[in-house]
Amino acid sequence: MRCTCAGLTLAGTYITERDGMAVVKLDSGYNIGISFSNVGWLERPSPPPAVTTPVVVQDSALPEISIISTGGTIASRVDYRTGAVTSQFSASDILRAIPELGSIGRYRTRQVASILSENMLPAIWQELARAVYEEIGRGVAGVIVTHGTDTMSYSAAAVSFMVRTPVPVVFVGSQRSADRPSSDNAMNALCSAAAATSPLGEVAVVMHDTTSDDRCAVHRATRVRKMHTSRRDAFRSMGMPPIGYVDYPSLKVELADEAVRRGTEEPELREALEERCGLLYFHPGMPADVLDPFEGYAGLVLAGTGLGHVRTGWIPRLRELIAGGTTVVMTSQCLHGRVCDRVYDTGRDLLSIGVIEGEDMLPEVALVKLMWVLGQEGDPDAIRELVQANLRGEIRRRSHDGL
Amino acid sequence: MDYEALGLKAGIEIHQQLDTEEKLFCRCPTVLRDTEERSGEFFRYLRATESELGEIDRAAQEEMKLVRRFRYYTYDTVCLVEHDEEPPAPMNREALAVCLTIAKMLGMTPIEQVHTMRKLVIDGSNTSGFQRTALVALNGALPDGCQIETICLEEEAAQRVADETFSLDRLGVPLVEITTAPCMHTPEDVQRVAEYIGMVLRSTGRVKRGLGTIRQDINVSIRDGARVEIKGVQDLGLLAEAVRLEVQRQVNLLAIRDELCARNASVDPNPVDVTDIFAATKSAILQKAKCILAIRLPGFAGLVGREIQPGRRLGSEMADYARKCGVGGIFHTDELPAYGVTAEEVERLRERVGAAGEDCVVLVASTRQRAGCAAEQVLIRARMALAGVPEETRRMLEGGGTAYMRPLPGAARMYPETDVFPITIGKALWESIEVPELLTARAERFVAEHGLDPALARQVAFSERLPLFERMVAAGVRPTLAARTILATMRELARDGVQVERIADDEVLYLLEAVEAGRAAKEAVPDLLAELARMGARGPPATPDQSRERVDAAIEKVAPAVSQEEVEAIVRRVLQEREKFARQRGMAALGPLMGVVMKDLRGSADGKLVSDVLKRELQRLLS
Ligand SMILES: [Zn+2]
Repeated sequence: MRCTCAGLTLAGTYITERDGMAVVKLDSGYNIGISFSNVGWLERPSPPPAVTTPVVVQDSALPEISIISTGGTIASRVDYRTGAVTSQFSASDILRAIPELGSIGRYRTRQVASILSENMLPAIWQELARAVYEEIGRGVAGVIVTHGTDTMSYSAAAVSFMVRTPVPVVFVGSQRSADRPSSDNAMNALCSAAAATSPLGEVAVVMHDTTSDDRCAVHRATRVRKMHTSRRDAFRSMGMPPIGYVDYPSLKVELADEAVRRGTEEPELREALEERCGLLYFHPGMPADVLDPFEGYAGLVLAGTGLGHVRTGWIPRLRELIAGGTTVVMTSQCLHGRVCDRVYDTGRDLLSIGVIEGEDMLPEVALVKLMWVLGQEGDPDAIRELVQANLRGEIRRRSHDGL
Repeated sequence: MDYEALGLKAGIEIHQQLDTEEKLFCRCPTVLRDTEERSGEFFRYLRATESELGEIDRAAQEEMKLVRRFRYYTYDTVCLVEHDEEPPAPMNREALAVCLTIAKMLGMTPIEQVHTMRKLVIDGSNTSGFQRTALVALNGALPDGCQIETICLEEEAAQRVADETFSLDRLGVPLVEITTAPCMHTPEDVQRVAEYIGMVLRSTGRVKRGLGTIRQDINVSIRDGARVEIKGVQDLGLLAEAVRLEVQRQVNLLAIRDELCARNASVDPNPVDVTDIFAATKSAILQKAKCILAIRLPGFAGLVGREIQPGRRLGSEMADYARKCGVGGIFHTDELPAYGVTAEEVERLRERVGAAGEDCVVLVASTRQRAGCAAEQVLIRARMALAGVPEETRRMLEGGGTAYMRPLPGAARMYPETDVFPITIGKALWESIEVPELLTARAERFVAEHGLDPALARQVAFSERLPLFERMVAAGVRPTLAARTILATMRELARDGVQVERIADDEVLYLLEAVEAGRAAKEAVPDLLAELARMGARGPPATPDQSRERVDAAIEKVAPAVSQEEVEAIVRRVLQEREKFARQRGMAALGPLMGVVMKDLRGSADGKLVSDVLKRELQRLLS
């Protein structure tokens, strides 16, 4: 393609249209935007040369790891002719991008979804849970789930409730896109592979522990939260220390005593979810009719203030909701610490109308758990008991970690 | 040398830091810091991403030869963007405006819609592994007709502190990159063009000054030679010399090639392990090496040791390549026996590898892995010698010579920076860009308007204190006094060890205003400036009022102004004491007496006033 610009005739490749202009990649590599009237076709772009991607031969003596992708990118490739970045999913592609993975295990890959994590749905959690369960059934040493980081902790918690696993199920992602040489994808992937072949036996999130490339933290799926929009070390264990660390580049895995060990659980899948559940973040002045759309919902988690409060004016409307069969669980916006509705009047009123104290559960985890509990159980007493019981490490009996 | 006949073609790329409030893609200030002031450090590994064609950029691949872990120093003037922990902010409009100003001055045409790209750089100098850069304008021309191809706005890289340690203060400072066509044909052309563009850049008043804020890359080739890029020439005075020496190098490499061809020279692709030969050698390097490999180069004898630039031989080029594998250097038989290697060892070596008299043997010594890598590199460079001049990026050595740095980067390792939206350069924006007066034009104006002598006018125009000069003249300070103060007086004080950089512009202005108002004597200016520099140790004045206070305090302390009555009194006293001398000499006594009075006044009064009073009093005495 040829375009005229600044009285010059320049050769380049037409990329796309943007804001009414033609975006052209010049032969120098730069993109420029110019009016369509200045663009003339010289020749049709030749089809890109066929890419021969050699299949990477894997070491059959190493433990088998299943990589399930949902859309988070573990490897990507840049086409410098067009500037396009594409995600790579096949085992060969991943191994060519991160060759060191080849000395940790052999890999099979499976794609459950290819979505941005904000587009995740409970139905896909269920699909993911089935896939994880099947892979466990195939006898793999561990499962890695690649996931966009925005809602990774929701999915990890969901799988944690739905699947009992004897092997590590490790969620991993990257905070800095995989196309950049500085991406955290490779180190996170290597650490997750090390965790997936370690003595761990529960669902976990493995991500950078610090801003340096020095180690990854292993977080319990039900106690982890994304606490920064962009940093590599955004994922933090809340109310407890991480259950392990993977040192980099040695990939030595160190597990805390508390981490569930490989083989502790028998595989089991309980995938039913009650999707009619909501999570509401209270703020001062929020009118009670905000609760109206939750009429007919099976469950509602409140992220209340402090020890677990909403304004007094909400009490009558909440009483109606609960009477109508909605399970209401109270959590705290503080994220750190335990809900206690026995200290102040409002709290005592909330308890008296049947609001369940969500203990020290993270609001999002309480939501996922409520969906799962309501999917399993219909009896109100049994529901209350399950919500307040520690099923997957989501509730700590004792509060001893500070901020 | 007849450069035209050699077909010399040279172009330059000028990188100039801009003096903006904030960095190009974040809101941090563009200040450089002392590494001692760092607030923390962290480290990262960089890995080249695979391209669509399944290949890694050859320059990038070269960097990957060593597994590298980069350490970064951070400061309280640096944010998460420089840490590669936050997406970039929108492009700094102030920097874009300066870039457009320069483009307009160079007669360029702006791009309708400017797109920011990511350019792969994995030497560690960019935490992200790429440099953000945008092509802003095209096709300008210099007065001599030389074409300016492009101007790009890009972010400055981090500064290397030591081998693999970088300082993040400089990362992200806006930088313009101006690329000329290969339109220069003599070393002097290169020098002249660089000087002119530098002058244009400084004319904006918006570029950083001082060491390291402007760097030139030179592209040089001659007929049958190859395009070689010499990186980072900071000293403008060395540009022409660097071109001369590069031409010399290419001419010599071509002569070597011709001779190799005539000799039917070749490269033996199989290095031989000769570690045992040097088991008892006196060469410390060879003695402690775990593995020594010998590379036989049939027909190369005498040519590996031939000088191609002052102090550099073909062997030096091979050593540069080998160093990429972490070895310290190479040995070759053109320079042996020496360095503790005996004639007998050389003989055994030649015998072992089957080297004939016309052959050269190169040795690399290190661990097995490094030696293997280095031997491979020597082979690569030796093959290039058969073909002539390799295309390379080179770095400048002291004196203008160069050493191999890496292959020329591939052309197109760029992809869009999707986190930064494109910017449309509309007609209104382009027309709102004002073109500042060129410094050369300003110098001419100073001659015409202020009657400055042309050399002084040029010095003022090109001085960093030009804005101060213009303020002073506008405030009514005589142009010559203003110019002499900032150019001569302050420079002399600096030479005498006075820390003139501690004197604020405002202080200089108020001081000279005081002189013009007769509150301080011109002769006292050096002493007053020295006093202001001493006061500056407390830190710069916070407000204009504080500057005024300091100037008044300095005058009070150093040279309290003397009233006309006091001057008259002193003059009368001096005349009384030297009445005989005055009467003998008549009006010719004026000069000597002037010196006596001024000494008495210690610069506290203006010379003209003193001379007027003295003249009057003397006339009165004599009449
Ligand atoms: Zn910043």
